[in-house]
Formats: sequence, structure tokens, C-alpha cells
Amino acid sequence: MTDPEIASPSAFPEPSVLATHSAATVRPVHDEFHGDLLEVSMGPQHPSTHGVFRMVVTLDGEVIVKLKPVFGYLHRNHEKLGENTTYLGSMPYTDRLDYLCSMTNNWAYALAVEKLAGQPVPERAEYVRVILAEMTRLVNHMCLVGFLFNDLGTSFTPLLYAFREREKFIDLFESLSGSRMMCNFQRFGGCRANPSPEWLGAVSKLVDGFPKFLDEYEQLLTGNEILLARTQGVGCLSPELAVQAGITGPMLRASGVGYDIRKADGYGIYPRFDFRVPIGAHGDTYDRYMMRILEMRESVKILQQALRDIPAGPVMDPKSRLRNFRPKPGEAYGRIEGPKGEIGFYLISDGSPNPLRYRVRAPSFVNLTVIEDMCLGRTVADSVVILGSVDIVLGEVDR
Amino acid sequence: MENLEQIRDRLLARFPGAEVTLINNPGPSAQHSLLLGLAQAREIALFLRDDPALRLDYCSNATGIDWPAKEFTDVVRTPVKDAAGATLRILEEKTKRVTPGFLEVVYHLYSMEKKHGPVVIRLRTGNRTDQVTVPSLTPVWRSCDFQEREIFDLYGVNFEGHHDLRRILMWDGFKDHPMRKDYVAPDDYEWEPTPHGAVLEKAKAHYPAPPPATVP
Repeated sequence: MTDPEIASPSAFPEPSVLATHSAATVRPVHDEFHGDLLEVSMGPQHPSTHGVFRMVVTLDGEVIVKLKPVFGYLHRNHEKLGENTTYLGSMPYTDRLDYLCSMTNNWAYALAVEKLAGQPVPERAEYVRVILAEMTRLVNHMCLVGFLFNDLGTSFTPLLYAFREREKFIDLFESLSGSRMMCNFQRFGGCRANPSPEWLGAVSKLVDGFPKFLDEYEQLLTGNEILLARTQGVGCLSPELAVQAGITGPMLRASGVGYDIRKADGYGIYPRFDFRVPIGAHGDTYDRYMMRILEMRESVKILQQALRDIPAGPVMDPKSRLRNFRPKPGEAYGRIEGPKGEIGFYLISDGSPNPLRYRVRAPSFVNLTVIEDMCLGRTVADSVVILGSVDIVLGEVDR
Repeated sequence: MENLEQIRDRLLARFPGAEVTLINNPGPSAQHSLLLGLAQAREIALFLRDDPALRLDYCSNATGIDWPAKEFTDVVRTPVKDAAGATLRILEEKTKRVTPGFLEVVYHLYSMEKKHGPVVIRLRTGNRTDQVTVPSLTPVWRSCDFQEREIFDLYGVNFEGHHDLRRILMWDGFKDHPMRKDYVAPDDYEWEPTPHGAVLEKAKAHYPAPPPATVP
């Protein structure tokens, strides 16, 4: 294996202390017992890569010495589409970024546009947004746990239970927004429809029954011997590297960094709710699994408080404009804590109906930065589990 | 957190001779930004990351913007008067002025330790054709790694000091930069049985006109 070429001397002065890159900690050994390195291309059509994603893995025996992620197979230049359509026209497209969490994508985009235009949001709409976002978090996390167990080889049993429960949630999404997954529900200055008391009652009933399902799910999974053997100590991510590489969401908190945008920014009405941010100790795959379970329990708490406190009233600001919407020239970056991490939208307006720049900061995309660092020194079978615990959706990575 | 003017003043005191300009954001979000000169950008970024009062240890978002050359027309009106002082006609003199285009890279910085932000910094290239090199900030914040590769891929900004500058979303053999404003999509025509509208125009360009005998 050759080292990467040495960078040509830079015209810009080099500062004294620079962050290190993913230097391989495992060196190939060339002696009579070790053969050549083997390069394996995992993907793009591989059941464990969660979509069209490829990992070029270099192996020394069974140990990974180099791993390069390759993606872009699903690239449709989402940002260019956003620049060529109106502000409202981009809203349905954001559903297709992370297609498991369309409600949080909608909210992040609506938040960015509201910042850009200085648009207030009515009280009830803020509550509806929190309820929908936390429901989305439950759906995403239980599906992730199911998929993670699929990667571990439990042929579909945990995923089946997760999907059985998810079905109840997306039925409620459908009855509110008209669509199970592509909800297209948030608008600039509120939401599209006002939820009825019956709908809120149905959510309340579902949420109150959720801890029972979660206990059952955990009883089946958390102490599972296969899970413990395959995930504890696997794919460790140090807190320094996690911060340096911009990791967000449950993956960051599993490494022991208590950074949650719901707490740090306090966007929407999150400061009103009493909830805790779970933090891991080791940053391994098992902690990343536990983060999801603990966050689901906290989400249930937020949901119960929001459903208890939700006021009556309109869900749409009467002064908001959707058609012929032209924000004043300026720019804004709005971000929220999505289920996978920080999802942000950066918009520049020049006063025309289309944004001059429409940028999506996708959490899965940035979280993939450290996939090589976590997999070095492990086996191919571990890399599958580690990738599963990162929680990527390729619709968002490739955009 | 101190405001952006204080940060700028501190940077100018710490790095004499550095170019740090405050760019005002007229919109309601009031997220103003600092434009850094390229020569000392990386040192300033490192200072922003390690300064104990700021500790901007987390670069959330890095993205490119394309600003094509803009043409303005300045009109100067001079009235032509006769001897009595009455206006005969107004002479209009039009001059065209072109502001050169450039590419811009924007970084949104937050602090995970102090839980504040954002501080927005920008870098600008000289033009859009040959002076498109800016220093990479990946050595300072590794979260820029894939995002700078994306900017290189879609905008054609060359990041000096990036350890692995390759295309990331488009394939390796691709030539152009699709996020630029003047990008023209390739003429990849696909046959359709009943073309209409823009597709019909495209179809006409791809096939010879039918022989006159077949046209009723």
C-alpha cells in the first residue's frame, strides 16, 4: 500500500497546530505470514449499505486498513432544483431528503424561511410542530434500531415489531397531512391544517401506550447476547474527534458530548418542556444504540407535555404569504435537531420569488466523515454494524 | 458572545495587516458575516477555533455561492439649455459598468463548548475562471472535509491544503460544475413516442424533418 501523495508546498502559510486527518492506525504487515492487501468494493447494491452506497474497503487478512466511502449515486442536484423553483415549491422536495423524517425536514426549511422573512408563528402551530417532530423522532429511532439488528443478522424480527408500531404513527400522519411519508405539512408561518381534538386524542392514546411497547422492545433486544458481543467496544468515536468532525445528533451524544440543538438554540418552544439529554460514556456502537432508546423515552415525555399544554387557536399566521412570496434581500441559516442530527437550511434571497442560494446541511452527509476512523482495525462484519449505527439515509447524503 | 464588530477588532489587533471586513446582512435574520482575506484565512480560522472566549470548535455548514458578473447601466441626465435658460432637451448618457463575478465559500461556525453561534465567515475567489483557489479549512475543522469536496465538485473552487480533493457527488469523469449559475445541462435527448412542448423542440433538433410526402 502506498501512502497518499505528499501535498505540494502551499502558498498559504501553515499554522503550527493543525488537526490530524484519518491516519491509518493499523499498518499492513509484509512478512512471510501475511499476503497482499485485498480491496473489496462493498456496494453500491449491497443489503447492508442502506441504499446505493459503496465502501471501498482495503483488507489485510480480515482487518480493515483503509475505507473510502463512495456515494452520489442518488444525486439529483436538489439544491439546483431549489434555486429554480419558488420558496414554497421547495417544500415538497424537502420530504424526499430524509424520507423517513419528512416532518422534521419540513420544519427545518420552514424555520429557515421564517428567519429569512422575519415571519412569526402562532402558538398552536409551535405545539403542533413539536408534536410532529417528536413523533418523527420516535419513528426514526425505532426503525433505526430495527435496521441495526438486521445488520446484526436477526432476520427481520425486531424490524417487524418496529414497523408494526411505525404503521400506527404514519397512519396518524396520513390522517393529518394526507400522506404517509411525503407529508409536506409545514408552511411559512404555521402548518397546513389544524389538527382536530380527535386526532390529538388518538396521538395521546398512542403515546401513552408507547412506553409499554418500548419496554417490550428493550426486553427483547437490550440485554441480547448477540448485541452485546457485536457492539460493545466496536467503532469507538472519541469526543474530541466527534466535535472536530462536526458529528451531531445521537451519534455525538453517544460519545459523551452533551450538545442538543433543542437545548442549545432553544428554537420553537422547546425551552418550555422538561426533558433530559441522554449522554453516552464510551462512544461505541452499543452506546449509539442506547442513545436511541433513551431519546425515545425522552421524546415520549415531551409529547405528553405538549399534548397536555396545547392551546386552541389558529395554526397559520394570518399575515403570512405563500403565493408570490418574496422575502427581502438577505440571508439566513436555520437549523433544528433532526432525528439524525443537525439539519440546516441556508437561504439567500435577492428579493425575487426564487432563492438565490438554497443549501441543505444534511446530518447523514457530515456524520459519514468519520466512518473510516471508526472502522480501522475492525473486520468487515463490524463495518456493517458501525455503518448501521451511524444512521444514514441516502436520499439526504446524495441530495 | 461578543458581537461581530468586537470579533473583527480583536482579529485586526491580533493579526496586523489581515483583511477582515464586516459584511452586513440587511434581512430580518441579522446574521452578519466576516469576509476574510485569503492570505491569513487559515490562521484566523485557527484563532477562532482556539480562542478561549470564542471556542468556535464546530463548523456546522460549509457551502459555496456563485456570484456571476453583473452588468449595471448608469444613466447621467444633463439638460441642454438655450441662451434664455429654458430647457431644450435632456441629454442622456448611458454608461455600462460590469462588476466582476466571483465564487464565495461560506462557513457557519458554532461552539459546542460554549453553546453559542453562529459566526459566519466568508472567503472570496478572485474571479470565476482562473483564480479560484482558496485555503482549505479542513485542517482546522474536519467537518469541512466532505463539504469542501462538494464545493469543489459542484462549484469548482480549488481548496489548497485539502488532503483528498476529489469529486464527491458527480462521477470522476464529469467535466463541468453544475451548481454554477451559467451551467448548461447537456443535451441528453431521450426518444418519446408523443413529444410535446420543450421536448418536441428538442426532438426536432435531433431528427431530420419528415419528408414532405408524409406531411398531410
